Amino acid sequence: MREINVETITKTVEELCIDANYNLPADVKKALEEAAEREESPLGREILQDILRNAEIAKGDKVPICQDTGLAVVFLELGQDVKLVGGNLNEAINEGVRRGYVNGYLRKSSVDDPFLIRKNTNDNTPAIIHTKIVPGDKVKIIIAPKGGGSENMSALGMLKPSDGVKGIKRFVVDTVEKAGSNPCPPVIVGVGIGGTIEKTTLIAKKALLRTIGEHNQNPEVAKLEKELLEEINKLGIGPQGFGGRTTALAVNIETFPAHIASMPVAINMQCHAARHKEAII
Amino acid sequence: MTKTVNTPLTEETVKDLKAGDRVLLNGIIYTGRDAAHKRLVEMLEKGEKLPLELEGQVIYYVGPCPAKPGKVIGSAGPTTSGRMDAYAPLLMEKGLKGMIGKGIRNSEVTDSIIKNKAVYFAAIGGAGALLAETIKEAKVLAFDELGPEAIYKLRVENFPVTVIIDSRGNDLYKTGKEQYKQT
Repeated sequence: MREINVETITKTVEELCIDANYNLPADVKKALEEAAEREESPLGREILQDILRNAEIAKGDKVPICQDTGLAVVFLELGQDVKLVGGNLNEAINEGVRRGYVNGYLRKSSVDDPFLIRKNTNDNTPAIIHTKIVPGDKVKIIIAPKGGGSENMSALGMLKPSDGVKGIKRFVVDTVEKAGSNPCPPVIVGVGIGGTIEKTTLIAKKALLRTIGEHNQNPEVAKLEKELLEEINKLGIGPQGFGGRTTALAVNIETFPAHIASMPVAINMQCHAARHKEAII
Repeated sequence: MTKTVNTPLTEETVKDLKAGDRVLLNGIIYTGRDAAHKRLVEMLEKGEKLPLELEGQVIYYVGPCPAKPGKVIGSAGPTTSGRMDAYAPLLMEKGLKGMIGKGIRNSEVTDSIIKNKAVYFAAIGGAGALLAETIKEAKVLAFDELGPEAIYKLRVENFPVTVIIDSRGNDLYKTGKEQYKQT
């Protein structure tokens, strides 16, 4: 067994929270640059250029890309040959989030209960932690800060198997159209198909972590991703909803086997500030 | 086209603004989001005096990041305006002339914009670092205990926004989409 002190995890989480919020991933930057060249709307082009300039300022000044520094979504892949020492793993992760959001001057956007008092916890905890046990003796940590604006435009549909590809397409395109300018387009659309309700929403969120330009390994699913992207970009919503061709930068679909009676579809909307950073300990 | 506009807004200035115009705002604007709006409306309903005079003013829907040492304010981009729809018409009745946010408004807000000759601007969502550079002064005016949701008084120079709903009710979210929609 390889021993890892949870303090190492705390430090890594702290660094990742700050890095993710200050630095836009290279693939997102590239996709925005390409969109700025392609965009037909003059106002849309200006908006995309401002978004790129914003990313440069954030990187240069070491400040958050967006003031909504999100809830800290943590994907943890824990090797089964790792022995954690020095404390409680979940507390160590939350301590890392606490330090990252305080020391990085990130906004604290977490309230202590969802509908009663809604008092800010003032340190952005608790994090949303997804832990998976995997073979090996490493720990992989992905931090994906998730803003409220795009999350609020997400949707879950318990579709019938008979709805088929046509039904999936209609649900995805309608959801993006209904969201309009709210989720800060251009967006990335994470789609989960299959599993149970919690599985399908989880794989929709994981789909957002995929590098832009990469497609699902199943050619049929990849084809659906491309068709959906094309249909979404015909909607005319455009950058920030001001009108244009760039409504989405990518549609990423993940699938999972489903019950014989079910075809759940989850859509997780992600704004252009598609932040995620990872580290392996 | 880009227009330069000073705050507080007058009726003449607002009438000149058209959906789709890019505008650089100069002067004082106030921040306010969900919790602050709830309190302002509660104070109005109780007949209490508000911490700001609404006449001609502009409210920016934002909850900024904390300022780093040496900075005026942290990143400060707009939040989704729809959550303020329940409160906005009453504030416009009381003199509010401008709102800055992002995203769709409901028909009550649009009707109130037309009735009160007001304007709804959008700032670029997710461009909080760029927008913060145009904020030259920031101080908490009220509800300090709400943290990022407190009301700040901001002095802005060339703060970039786009007119979404003008005083005639034209809506860029509708017209822009219609223009670029492909079938």
